[in-house]
Amino acid sequence: MSRAMVEAVAAEMRADEEVFVMGEDVADYGGIFDSTEGLLEEFGHDRIMDVPISETGFIGAGVGAAQAGMRPIVELMFADFFGVAMDQIYNGMAKNTYMSGGAVSVPMVLTTAVGGTYNDAAQHSQTLYGTFAHLPGMKVVVPSTAYDAKGLMHTAVRDDDPVVYMFHKRLMGLGWMPAPPGPKTAVPEEEYTVPFGEADVKREGGDATVVTLGLHVHRALAAAEDLAEEGIDAEVIDLRTLVPLDEETVLESVGKTGRLVVVDEDYRSFGVTGELIALAAESNLDALDAVERVAMPDVPVPYARPLEEEVNPDSEAVAAAVRSVVE
Amino acid sequence: MYDDMVTARRYEERLQEEYLEGKQPSFDISAGPIPGELHLAAGHEASGAGVCAHLRDDDTVTAPHRPHHVAVAKGVDLKRMTAEIFGRETGLCRGKGGHMHLFDPDVNFACSGIIAEGCPPAVGAAMAAKKRNTDAVAVAFLGEGAIDQGGFFESLNLASVHDLPVVFVIEDNDWAISMPKERVTDVENGADRAGGFDLPGVRVDHDDAVAVHEAAGEAVGRARDGNGPTLLEVQVHRRMGHFMGDAEGYRPDADRERAEARDSVERIEADLADYGVDDDELAAIRERAESRVEEAIEWAKEQPEPDPGQAYEDVFTNPVGGAAATDPSAGAAGGDD
Repeated sequence: MSRAMVEAVAAEMRADEEVFVMGEDVADYGGIFDSTEGLLEEFGHDRIMDVPISETGFIGAGVGAAQAGMRPIVELMFADFFGVAMDQIYNGMAKNTYMSGGAVSVPMVLTTAVGGTYNDAAQHSQTLYGTFAHLPGMKVVVPSTAYDAKGLMHTAVRDDDPVVYMFHKRLMGLGWMPAPPGPKTAVPEEEYTVPFGEADVKREGGDATVVTLGLHVHRALAAAEDLAEEGIDAEVIDLRTLVPLDEETVLESVGKTGRLVVVDEDYRSFGVTGELIALAAESNLDALDAVERVAMPDVPVPYARPLEEEVNPDSEAVAAAVRSVVE
Repeated sequence: MYDDMVTARRYEERLQEEYLEGKQPSFDISAGPIPGELHLAAGHEASGAGVCAHLRDDDTVTAPHRPHHVAVAKGVDLKRMTAEIFGRETGLCRGKGGHMHLFDPDVNFACSGIIAEGCPPAVGAAMAAKKRNTDAVAVAFLGEGAIDQGGFFESLNLASVHDLPVVFVIEDNDWAISMPKERVTDVENGADRAGGFDLPGVRVDHDDAVAVHEAAGEAVGRARDGNGPTLLEVQVHRRMGHFMGDAEGYRPDADRERAEARDSVERIEADLADYGVDDDELAAIRERAESRVEEAIEWAKEQPEPDPGQAYEDVFTNPVGGAAATDPSAGAAGGDD
């Protein structure tokens, strides 16, 4: 997935002098998760900028540059580190368009790595989709395949609003952190966009609707394959963006199946799972026969392998939830 | 001091061996007996040993994500620290924290994985000591890459304006992952930043544990006597990558060779020889350190892994019952042991 992201960034940088990249270890290192790999060679240090470890400073500078009309792509290395700079993110980047009555635009992309599954404990493994989607003013993008990663990045850079682009480390194709086969999709060489707010029905089925995003799209698909052998036909929806949220695709599917399972690697309470179930309930309670949510329990991500495996939902947990709603 | 330094060096050599088991020839972070990332401190030993030599158990230390040499020098329980790094139930943090998040309240040691995060809590520990009229002090260790972080500046200011007994120790190894110091700051001497906060700034060059000991003695003494904070910077050298698995493609060979040539352990051995300490005595200290390390590693590897249900414990000191117990399969949820 990382190469697809980089292709889109490079194409946007070639097309528009105003696009630049800024972040820790983005230049010579190429991004800790390869999210900027190879860009330095083509664009040099002026446009691929390594910065001091000072997230408040450089993310806030991204906001300022965006308000000045440039199109910065700023990397917050791990989503977990947002706390250091959250004031610039949610009080500035997210709110300035609104507070200015639309007089100011912030055309900026904040890229950040999410997710666990590699035992790096509570300060380097969080997924935090809900935190960013909860705070108004930022579009929130979560690719699950290489194809989507490229198309969504083109859309993100061209968007006049701040976009938080959350990529899962386990999907990037890193040599030191092998990816499952799912994200390695074919990627056209030419430019294309994947629009925001259009979920992707990854697998059609009539018995239950599984809604998810990021790494767990692949875990849900694996669960659906297992369930098919038992005669349970699950529909799997990849949200692709949380803001805007494709309510229509979700509701249509729930209308068809009557059963909803939401799967999320973020914490269970006050997050994506509750939001989607509330959406379905508010829209058409009568259509809803059963719901389940599968998410990280409300505990910080633990370090030891058996503890992390316990809390991070696997495909078996997804399958169990689907069985439970179709019973 | 020499004991702490060689213990830390040997400890990390052994951790490296254990960590790389199963991760070779191709590095896969999920393989091998030690989970997660591993950041080693080889080349940093002089600062940990030189500073902590002046500290008592009731003094507080906060360390960054490269914590082992400081932990060893502060007297953190070596066996339980090792069990934690191996992700075992009897580890310092019951397998929940891992190598970047070690807590040993018995000796008031903590570390964290976020840059400069330990500075404000060190100020808080110093504040507590002052309010309680004890003569305990607090020391925050951080890398030179962390001194551009806002939390660092805010901590210096807060400590200075309240005359708090805290020492900030910058370990300058010239590299913040792939970023050489000269590309992120125009101020070569990090200790100069103290001037902006009206507190003393002292820099010790070239891994000299004896000089660190002397400078730290003054700084800790100043804090303990109620005379306020000090910013101390120690030149150390990064002898390996930022983390295990870092191929350091960004780093010039000459820089790595320079770091290897400046070894604090070799330097203190030469100094001790000059003071008339004979080789046999040093060898005895090294042997003792090695067997202590070996014992800790063997013990840790024999410890059990935590039971999965323990993942739901320790979210709160006073469990809230229900709210944190979101997994119905968790028998122990909502009630700590």
